[in-house]
Amino acid sequence: MKMHLDEKIWLILSFGMIMLFTIFTGYQTFVLGLGPPSNMETIDPQKVEETAPFDAPGVYEIGENEYEVVMILEIFRFNPGDIEIPAGSTVHFTMTSKDVIHGIQIAGTNMNAMVTPGHIQTITQTFHEPGEYLVLCNEYCGIGHQHMATTITVY
Amino acid sequence: MTQSNLAYKETLNEVEEEMEVHPKDKKLAMAHVYVAYVAFIIGVFGGLLQGLVRGGMIELPGWITYYQILTVHGVLLALVFTTYIIFGFFFAGMSKTHGAFPSGLRKLGWVGFTILSAGTALAAVMILANEASVLYTFYAPLQAHWLYYIGLTLFVVGTWVMGSALLAHFFNWKKAHPGQPTPLFGYMTTATLLLWIVASIGVAVTVLVQMLPWALGLTDEINVLLSRTLFWYFGHPLVYFWLMPAYMVWYLVIPKIIGGRLFSGSLARLAFALFLLFSIPVGFHHQLMESGISEFWKFLQTVLTFVVVVPSLLTAFSIFATFEQTGRAKGGKGLLGWLKKLPWGDARFFAPFMGMIIFIPAGAGGLINASFQLNAVIHNTLWVVGHFHLTVGTTVLLTFFGMSYWLIPVLTGRRFTKHANRCGIVQTWLWAIGMFFMSGAMHLLGLFGAPRRTAYGTYGDHPQAMQWFEGIFTSHVTVAIGGVILTAAGVLMFYNFIYLSFLAPKGKTEFPMTPDPIDTPNTPKFLENWKLWIGIAIVLIIFAYTIPIYQMIVDAPPGSPPFNFLIK
Repeated sequence: MKMHLDEKIWLILSFGMIMLFTIFTGYQTFVLGLGPPSNMETIDPQKVEETAPFDAPGVYEIGENEYEVVMILEIFRFNPGDIEIPAGSTVHFTMTSKDVIHGIQIAGTNMNAMVTPGHIQTITQTFHEPGEYLVLCNEYCGIGHQHMATTITVY
Repeated sequence: MTQSNLAYKETLNEVEEEMEVHPKDKKLAMAHVYVAYVAFIIGVFGGLLQGLVRGGMIELPGWITYYQILTVHGVLLALVFTTYIIFGFFFAGMSKTHGAFPSGLRKLGWVGFTILSAGTALAAVMILANEASVLYTFYAPLQAHWLYYIGLTLFVVGTWVMGSALLAHFFNWKKAHPGQPTPLFGYMTTATLLLWIVASIGVAVTVLVQMLPWALGLTDEINVLLSRTLFWYFGHPLVYFWLMPAYMVWYLVIPKIIGGRLFSGSLARLAFALFLLFSIPVGFHHQLMESGISEFWKFLQTVLTFVVVVPSLLTAFSIFATFEQTGRAKGGKGLLGWLKKLPWGDARFFAPFMGMIIFIPAGAGGLINASFQLNAVIHNTLWVVGHFHLTVGTTVLLTFFGMSYWLIPVLTGRRFTKHANRCGIVQTWLWAIGMFFMSGAMHLLGLFGAPRRTAYGTYGDHPQAMQWFEGIFTSHVTVAIGGVILTAAGVLMFYNFIYLSFLAPKGKTEFPMTPDPIDTPNTPKFLENWKLWIGIAIVLIIFAYTIPIYQMIVDAPPGSPPFNFLIK
């Protein structure tokens, strides 16, 4: 197969670009620990409320400026909702779904995760700026999906 | 150029004069085009309603829901329109380049068409009856009526039957012409169909093994993660099933329309072989944000996702090199003078060309989506909707529109008139402008956190949600305005379809097909070795999927019961 010089240059640039993206993504994931939320724990989706820690959903202070939120996502609400935490807090979310697939996204932050029934999802987010953040379900979960939202108030 | 190449070129040109689409094959191809455009216009109005509802401008009557319309829009445009027009193109093109179908294979084509259409009709009825508002990505454990899943099964089986007819025609040709390089059209059709068949096995398995028994009440629970994985195993190559026929128009049709010829056949074949290899084991990049799949496997499939960009970049090079060569051969001078020599007033060129230009930002957006960390910002937001309205909604669709301008009159024995061409040019501009507003605003709204697949709502007038309606450009209202312009463009396209099908003056229209490039006799043998390509594709799939799917089955949590009351 004969290739023109221009084409060789173009291909080298293409592959070089792809290699760079791969290296950046891999470095951020495996060295800086910035991978996507990929928790591997499972749970019986029909016994969520009987299974620890989801038998007691809520906001728990686990250290200085550090919180754990144990949260159940269900049609069409977040439990607990209307969370309040001080500015500068790091929050570890542990979540599962009681029914169908949901998503959690906090507008104005990079926090975004799928919460599927049968699986426990974890994700950590630090809230620096005070304000009332909109927390919404971003995965279609049925006829009332557009109403599934709550807030996190950072004071 | 060697002597043998010259001789080859001349024989090809002679043969080409004689090859036309057989009248009986025209009927089969045109049947596909009819269904495609009826689905298209209904789908367009579905999109209009969505835009207006989401913008808060109208409210839907009680007997129809937003999610029902969303399902209609997605299924009709992304699945029905594309599949039908692609198979219509394949039947017409294979008849032209490989000779008339033998009557047995043509009958097989009709059988496939009938099964496909029965499936489409059944699924459509269930969607209209609001028994299937699960969107086209299924969303188990949301559950649709079992007849919806039967309809989808028939849809896939129909494509397999039609695909067998096309593949048999190609391999018959190959057998009858031993040692000869196959015509490019057949090569590319074969690569596309093999991709489709290997990919659709995933959706067939989840529907037949998981969803149908579950919807019929034979099983109580479903493995949600497995169903999502099997769907996305199919869902991403589906994108390439749309894109590869569009690339065929770029590689094979556009060079002829601009009065040139494709400059390398081997590179074109290589690009299609690479698509077959790399577009399947990449489905996890749709599941980056979910639990149950480890970072390692997500990363591996992300790397493969990046690799599949290479054949697209290869395509960009080939196409623009063809443009430049042709423009210069016609006397274009200087760095960019060749651009002026391109037929800007010809809708058959202009519509696909706009599609190509828009593929530049669209492809860059795709790279963003595939990157783990950036994906967290845009996952499930309107950004993604903006993205695929550029890729499939503009690049692929404008190319298919550009194709329709000659394909329909070829099939109906009419002429592509100046009037139709003028409509085509206006249509292209309207589509591009409408998409600029709609997709542009969607991208930005996504960055501000507006979710996709969500009906109108202000989340209790939360300030962050209100800003999605109040921005000057970044607003659901801009999306709706773009949608209105796109609807006008859609209606114009539908008019052109009616005009070219029934009203245009009778006459002869050229089926533009580039003569095989001059390097065709030197095509490396390995490019034609399908066993090799299918073998590597399967090895890559096994590599990327075996362990994660094994884990999903062995370490599966108890399954999920059906939720069928949530969709009504």
